[in-house]
Amino acid sequence: MDQLYREAILDHYKHPRRKGHIDGPDIHYHDTNPFCGDEITIELKVTDGVVVDAAFDGRGCAISQASASMIMEEIVGMSVDDLKDWGKEDILDLLGIEIGPVRLKCALLPLKALKAGLYGLDEWPE
Amino acid sequence: MNGSQSITVDPKISSLRSLFPVLERQVHGKPLVYLDNAATTQKPLAVIESMDNYYRHYNSNIHRGVHSLSEEATAAYEGARERIARFINAASDRQTIFTRNATEAINVVAHSWGRANLGPGDEVLITEMEHHSNIVPWQIMQEQLGFTLRYVPITDGGLLDLSELDTLLNERTKLFAFVHVSNVLGTVNPAAELVKAAHAVGALALIDASQSVPHMPVDVQALDADFLVFSGHKLCGPTGIGILYGKRDLLEAMPPFMGGGDMIREVKMSGSRWNTLPYKFEAGTPAIAEGIGLGAAVDFLQEVGMDWIWQHEHALTSYAYERLAQVEGLHILGPEQRGGLIAFTLGEVHPHDLSAVLDADGVAIRAGHHCAQPIHDRLGIVASARASFYLYNTFEEVDKLVVGLEKAGQIFAF
Repeated sequence: MDQLYREAILDHYKHPRRKGHIDGPDIHYHDTNPFCGDEITIELKVTDGVVVDAAFDGRGCAISQASASMIMEEIVGMSVDDLKDWGKEDILDLLGIEIGPVRLKCALLPLKALKAGLYGLDEWPE
Repeated sequence: MNGSQSITVDPKISSLRSLFPVLERQVHGKPLVYLDNAATTQKPLAVIESMDNYYRHYNSNIHRGVHSLSEEATAAYEGARERIARFINAASDRQTIFTRNATEAINVVAHSWGRANLGPGDEVLITEMEHHSNIVPWQIMQEQLGFTLRYVPITDGGLLDLSELDTLLNERTKLFAFVHVSNVLGTVNPAAELVKAAHAVGALALIDASQSVPHMPVDVQALDADFLVFSGHKLCGPTGIGILYGKRDLLEAMPPFMGGGDMIREVKMSGSRWNTLPYKFEAGTPAIAEGIGLGAAVDFLQEVGMDWIWQHEHALTSYAYERLAQVEGLHILGPEQRGGLIAFTLGEVHPHDLSAVLDADGVAIRAGHHCAQPIHDRLGIVASARASFYLYNTFEEVDKLVVGLEKAGQIFAF
């Protein structure tokens, strides 16, 4: 548990970075995890294939909220092409913890929303 | 607080605990405190051994072979059915149909009885405090059959709001299907009265007894239930086995739910004749070991005593209610008078985070919507945490829950 809720995760949970909304986002994506009621909205501004501004809004457990906050902090300045290659391991590296199969869904919800938004999907292909 | 007097571990509970192998294990180096009994209960040795014994010594199919093993297996399986029927005071063991679980039992009624009896203009009444298992089958059948599904609302205090029952139950109502004890609110509904109200308008009554049969004496005849369902794994039995109880004339009149072996008397190319009860509803080779295991579970519970279990859980739950109510920011869902479970929220802390912190101390609780989203919607919350008790839980375990929750409150405090 001490490992699961390490200081950095609690810090991002209690003081989320880039939480809220941006003006005129180019990409806007909303997703939920009906299993636990987590919700997330991701907004991105993209110029010349690079993320220049980003924000998230939502509610959920510490893992999902910290994951969203860490992702937002990381992606500004990154190219859309690089972000499209992001996967599970990138998020686990950001979080710096090991996660069991049930909580993994919490950690990956923001990534799921981010990638669906980047690919312009209406809905994540299950 | 009178807690300090209560924390002497009852010798009966110590000896009961020794019969459950899993209670000896540790989780993250701490003794397991298992408080997720409304999801599923742990299994005593008697149940585990009864199933092991079947597989080791007389594994064979039932109702068919004339050899010794098959006769032994048939006797054990049907013996279990008889004891389960007596356990809920069914008039006959033909009225206790083995299903996979309570969910399947409700689906049998929805598909078999529903198709034969429901159509446009008819109404089925359920409640806002149902488990999804007593909502979704009716929604599915509603689409196919065109009847109207109505809901008895709940009060802010977590009781059924019966003020409009006279309107909700009317001459169009064909079935009133309701939960006996809520798996989220803990509310014990006045089942006998509700059955009576249903009968008064000529409707049938189905009781979802998943959270009552494991915890209190339940008498299907005293309740005058038309149908009553429960799952075996919530009463010390294995998963994969449950019971559909029904009144004899209703079950006799219902068409089979599934076709196959064992449910027929005679099969010809031109058609088939159905077997008698209960086999008409038990197509295919059933869960034999599980049926035998459920029989052993019922024997075990009767030995412990259903009255004792109810009283023990009542004492434990009252103590937990009192202790939890004192935790800062903790909000309990549902009424004070309740069955052996307490769902709650703790400030803004997400139930998953609560559960993870408790798990680190070996304490297992449930987090989420407990397969009862409408209740959570009604109460305006997304999810809750739930501690649920059984015959082997102790006052000391309630204390560990409280300590864990206080710790979680500190970790996630903004």
